[in-house]
Amino acid sequence: MKNSLRQLLHSGKFVVGFSIFAFIVLTVILFPMFIKDPPLSIIAQGTFFPPGIYVSVYDSLSSPAYTLKLQGASESRIASKLSEDDRGAIKDYLVATGIPESDIDTTNTEKLLEQWVNNYDPKKIIKGMTNAKRNYYVRLNNSLKGILATEGAIIATKDPSTGTLQEAGTVDQSAYVNVTQVPNVRLLLLGTDNFGRDVLNELVSATRTSLIIGLVAGLIATTIGLILGLFAGYMGGVADDIIMFFTNIFTVIPSFVLLILISFSIGQDKRGAVTIAVVIGFTSWVWTARAVRSQVFSLRNRDHVNLSKLSGHPLSRIIFRDILPYIASYVFMALILQISAAVLTEAGLSILGLGPRTTEVPTLGLMMNWAMIYQAQILGKWWAYLPVIVIIALISFSLNLMNTGMDQIYNPSLRE
Amino acid sequence: MKGYRKYFFNKLGWFAITFLAAFLLNFILPRMMPGDPVAAIVARLAQGMSNATGVQKIYQQYSELFGTNKPMLTQFFIYVKNVVHGDFGFSFSQYPRTVASVIGASFFWTLGLQLPAIIVGWLIGNLLGAVAAYIKGGYDKVLLPASIFISSLPAFGMAVILLVVFAVELKWFPTSGGYGFDLIPNWSWPFIWSVFVHYQMPFWSIVLIIIGGQAIGMRSMCIYELNADYVKYSRFLGIPDSKIVRYVFRNAMLPQVTGLALAIGTIMGGALVAEIIFSYPGLGTTLLNGILGQDYPLISASTLVITLMVLISTLTIEILYGFIDPRIKAAQSETE
Repeated sequence: MKNSLRQLLHSGKFVVGFSIFAFIVLTVILFPMFIKDPPLSIIAQGTFFPPGIYVSVYDSLSSPAYTLKLQGASESRIASKLSEDDRGAIKDYLVATGIPESDIDTTNTEKLLEQWVNNYDPKKIIKGMTNAKRNYYVRLNNSLKGILATEGAIIATKDPSTGTLQEAGTVDQSAYVNVTQVPNVRLLLLGTDNFGRDVLNELVSATRTSLIIGLVAGLIATTIGLILGLFAGYMGGVADDIIMFFTNIFTVIPSFVLLILISFSIGQDKRGAVTIAVVIGFTSWVWTARAVRSQVFSLRNRDHVNLSKLSGHPLSRIIFRDILPYIASYVFMALILQISAAVLTEAGLSILGLGPRTTEVPTLGLMMNWAMIYQAQILGKWWAYLPVIVIIALISFSLNLMNTGMDQIYNPSLRE
Repeated sequence: MKGYRKYFFNKLGWFAITFLAAFLLNFILPRMMPGDPVAAIVARLAQGMSNATGVQKIYQQYSELFGTNKPMLTQFFIYVKNVVHGDFGFSFSQYPRTVASVIGASFFWTLGLQLPAIIVGWLIGNLLGAVAAYIKGGYDKVLLPASIFISSLPAFGMAVILLVVFAVELKWFPTSGGYGFDLIPNWSWPFIWSVFVHYQMPFWSIVLIIIGGQAIGMRSMCIYELNADYVKYSRFLGIPDSKIVRYVFRNAMLPQVTGLALAIGTIMGGALVAEIIFSYPGLGTTLLNGILGQDYPLISASTLVITLMVLISTLTIEILYGFIDPRIKAAQSETE
């Protein structure tokens, strides 16, 4: 045992795979200790807020203001309101109104705006311009008002008795607040999803649920496979024939078809995460059963097993002392692969709309399903689906890497 | 040919038994659903209807139609009779289309997509795996982790990544569908070209996933074979490397063929989900529509067709295997 552990630690593949997996598991355990928000609480009004730091506008008005004279502040302010595309559109408009192209310099903001103000007329009809384009120019013109202003904005409060506005203060263009002094700041590292939920929070919770599904399904599948495989391999004869008959049948019948039929039959209301895990476990034991059987088959006539039999040891002792230790590493490798496969299977089922019911816990598959239904991939909302794919791939990758590493240790012929 | 008879009959026998089992499960599993499926359908149809006798009429009509008011065994024979005639009834969600016509329309899309993709992916994957095992060193060190990572990606993940990169960002390919939405299927060039363009992304996302998995398996098998005694012996005899490699490749390929026969169900399952990402008009999308529309006859027929496809592919591979593995021929001639 000690020796094989030392060997494992020398296998680069196993160590890398184990580290990734341990990191994911630790994150999933530690994260909820610090951030206690329920994962499915809806915090955003609207869909797909991009990742970033969200600072309360109201609170920052009353936070202490600092004056910073920073270079390029006004340029970047103008640039944020007047993009390259807008500049191009202004140029197109000016050319259409008859200004020679050589006179227009889109990089010179001041001159460009001056030309725009002098020439833009919302009532003017330009030949060949669509209505949408015309509306776009109206919007652009509105957003450009005051873009070159140098004075600050006035904050006013409403007098509750008279309803008149009273000046409460001014915000200078060079005024800054320190984010740490604003009481309400929220970091949305991965933005929000289509329902307005914090994706990061949801992702951690989903990863935990998916790992639990994987573990439960993997343990069930491995247990069934181990028992059937041991029984068939050790007993042989009729028992072996019967078990192998069913194993052969379920090897060829695609398990996802069974999964679809069973999940659909269970019905939406009764499908919890654990139910899905159990169903996956009960449909994926065949591989383990086959592998264990062939291993036990080759073990059962070894000398030490025969000696044990001759000494009159009970069956349980033969199995636990003389057979199981020899196939333990093999079964453990099978378990690792089962966990990885179950996580993928849950995701596939959920995309088909047969995942766990959606009200309590998110799973990785459900998050993927929601992102696909709301077309996050077409709308370019990468934070809704990419982290999910990456986590699924990392779970599967780390487990497969561990498996390959162990394979190279226990199958010396595969070593480089 | 004669020597193979026993092998083929054995495989055919297994095919028949497995199909029977799959058919039975396809019939029984949905009927074990708690609650009355007809009542659920009627409740959906009769939403807002206040006329109790009307609801009762609808219920009776549907019970008649699906035979749910008869004993299980009679239901089974009705089901068998209908399936043999290719009659799966009407689709609930796409009424008045029959299930047979819905499945018929999507079946060839799936067949045309998955069959070539699996074959191409398998060939490329095995070639890469063999090369990795033979060359070893740096190439192998890069290729193996890359293959493990790619094969760790679920098929739908690969599909989404390809979709975002090549369809949404680069706009090289369309994002969804099997052909342009403004076209009517016919044999004109614009239509064929449109089908070809829409074909690329689902095709390559399936191919890439298969390559990863096959390359890993082939690499292991080849390393195993390269260390075998017969290779060392051949080297002693001075047989050129190119000839040894051919033997190694052939021996390593045999388990890969069996592996494909066993994995084809899983591969097709993943590919069906990948179809959904591209809204490809195949069985995967049909299945999704069936599930979303609670269209029970459509789901049942889709799963039956998918099972049949998997079983036939497995049988085909096993028969091909009989021809390429000399041991089977040898075993046959011994018994005669």
